[in-house]
Amino acid sequence: MSATTRKNAAAPSSLRLVLTLAVAGLISGVAIIGIYEATLPTITTNKAHELQAAVLKVLPGVSRMQALVFRDGELLANTEPAKDEPVVYGGYDDGGTFVGYAIPGAGPGFQDTIGLLYGYAPDRNLVVGMEILESRETPGLGDKIYKDAEWVAGFEALAVEPEIVAVKKGTSAADNEIDAITGATISAKAVVRIINETHVAWQDRLPPPGAEPELVEAEDAP
Amino acid sequence: MTEKEPKLLLFHAPLLRQDMTTARVMREVIIALLPAAGAAVWFFGFTALLVIGASIAGAVAAEWLFAPRESRGASLLDGSGLLTGLLLGLTLPPGLPMWMAFLGGFAGICLGKVIWGGLGHNLFNPALLGRAFLQATFPIAMTTWTPPAPGEFGVLSGNLALPFMQAGVDGVTAATPLGLLKFEQEVTPLLSLATGNTGGSLGEASGLLLLLGGIFLWIRRDFDWRIPVSILLTVAVFSAVLGLFDAERFPTPLFSIFSGGLLLGAIYMATDPVTSPVTPRGAWIFGIGIGVLVMLIRVFGGLPEGVMYAILLMNAATPLIDRYTQPRVFGREAKSP
Amino acid sequence: MKRNEAYNEFVKGIWRDNPVFVQVLGMCPMLAVTNSAINAIAMGMATFFVLVGSSFLVSSLRQWIPKQVRISCFIIIIATFVTVADYTLLALVPAVHKELGAFIPLIVANCMILGRQEAFASRYPAKLAVMDAIGMAGGFMLALFSLGAIREILGDGALFGVRLFGADFEPWVIMILPPGGFLTLGVILLFFNWFRQKKDEFLDDVAEAQRGSD
Repeated sequence: MSATTRKNAAAPSSLRLVLTLAVAGLISGVAIIGIYEATLPTITTNKAHELQAAVLKVLPGVSRMQALVFRDGELLANTEPAKDEPVVYGGYDDGGTFVGYAIPGAGPGFQDTIGLLYGYAPDRNLVVGMEILESRETPGLGDKIYKDAEWVAGFEALAVEPEIVAVKKGTSAADNEIDAITGATISAKAVVRIINETHVAWQDRLPPPGAEPELVEAEDAP
Repeated sequence: MTEKEPKLLLFHAPLLRQDMTTARVMREVIIALLPAAGAAVWFFGFTALLVIGASIAGAVAAEWLFAPRESRGASLLDGSGLLTGLLLGLTLPPGLPMWMAFLGGFAGICLGKVIWGGLGHNLFNPALLGRAFLQATFPIAMTTWTPPAPGEFGVLSGNLALPFMQAGVDGVTAATPLGLLKFEQEVTPLLSLATGNTGGSLGEASGLLLLLGGIFLWIRRDFDWRIPVSILLTVAVFSAVLGLFDAERFPTPLFSIFSGGLLLGAIYMATDPVTSPVTPRGAWIFGIGIGVLVMLIRVFGGLPEGVMYAILLMNAATPLIDRYTQPRVFGREAKSP
Repeated sequence: MKRNEAYNEFVKGIWRDNPVFVQVLGMCPMLAVTNSAINAIAMGMATFFVLVGSSFLVSSLRQWIPKQVRISCFIIIIATFVTVADYTLLALVPAVHKELGAFIPLIVANCMILGRQEAFASRYPAKLAVMDAIGMAGGFMLALFSLGAIREILGDGALFGVRLFGADFEPWVIMILPPGGFLTLGVILLFFNWFRQKKDEFLDDVAEAQRGSD
């Protein structure tokens, strides 16, 4: 058996041990860089597709989008956002006319952070769509914030001023009221609160209606 | 036959035998619960019989299935499975499908008793564990309360749902008095609370009959009176103190005592001799702990009712309480654990 | 004879020495990602890839790895395979990768994998090591799948996302939540041990009868 022969052999020198580990680490490093380089394009495209799909979903009538970075008091198109810089996505129709913003927001839910994206039409001051990007709400109850079609549809034309209010199911009357979800009141109210807070945060950052940044065709636009 | 007097009798301990057997205590607790169960039938109709019957069937079935073959009869005869099923049934909402009640009884005995090694070895109250299992498994069905219909003796269609299927909606649902207070700031009149004419689970409805059963158990010395007394006193004091701050927002002491499952829990579940401390001092600590937890959950927590979790939490603390309240052995130092 | 030996190494992982039901190893992914059958299968496949790949490498390189640094070498090999699996899943099936989250990188800490390297792959030739790895990983995948299937059927009324019971099914929410993992695993272990006990009793009876007839 090899195990016994190894045991009987003299202890290898430290140099040999270090060399073995170094070679192993080197080969491993090369392999990891290889797989990283090989998968990077696919992963980047996947993420871009996912984001675009979400933006198109929350902004009806939009076919093209671009990221808008908020820097020094204005929205810049075609800029790489630095870390922690606020970003919204502008949605444009086929002719390149501005339709609305898709604004990402996040906040505490019942279990963990809920991350969402909502479509906002500044000319009508309305929320026009909402999509949950990440959530760990309770399966069967809290996860209705993205599984309950009726609730999601409730965001298709919702006034954000005065702020959105989640009311008991079947009692929404005013433009800014939405039916909460039975059995998931806390998660539903969390979603509404996230949108309200994000709206307040962005209210003064967005340019007045009509002065939105124009669509800049990037070279690698899909 | 012709032995001479006086004769010398040789025994080993126990030398004193009483008729205080497990079976007797179980039987008397069941008797004490019967008036409340009867009230449940009066207020909710035969639906109460169906739900309670199903949960008893589940508990007894689990008891039978997991008992060793030799002692199957004995473990059924002591009535503890029957009592678990009855207690669980009384904590369930009236419209619950029978298959869920059956599952609750089954899970309660399995998780609450069998896996610990049977009666006397369990850490948690089996009936409450069954209810906690149901609450986590079917959160919507377990919080759908049907309003009472005194003297109509009907059956809710939800009870008859096929196994694994939903209850369906019976049309009318009602909030419990605690739910009304927490979410709608609406106070239910005390008279309805005391007689049981409110929405809620089958057994938590009729406070006065539950108290009556408790007095019966007290007279028969079937439980440690310190536990219910300390729970109820703590809850009363806690809500009286809260009332000093804001009488509008917080419940009155009587409302706190008669609403929700507090009486059922304090008299029949917290006093389970297996899962509560054995020393008098421990019993006081245990009861006060439950009372404080109940009020903390009700007033500051996200749920309208917290008796179940309060008792289960203090069940878990029972070995610790027993350890620190051991009476001093005569002749020893005060600090000798 | 030779083929028989390889076959034995394969079969023991599936059943007799099943890493989950008998050795009770790899509990972290077992409990964490089995809330649906598809997650369980994806996790099983990632573990399969890592275990078979690293067993093959460790066994082939066992002459050159000094025993003083063997554990570090095993970990480097395993971690490389885990990283490859992580990026591949992220590129090919981003939705599944999102569900599995941190548990893919955590495969590196799965004691079943390091255990197989130390106990088997570093002592036997590559062919046997690969058969052993396939058996163990297969057994692990089988266990993950049975847990995932039970939890998805009860907790969601579906298998691989296909509804089984119609719209009126009442889901057992607890089964999707973490306690459901513990409960299901406990029940499966109960049946496994009960079955083995019955089998041992039966074999004892047979042996007894044979001795009696001799």
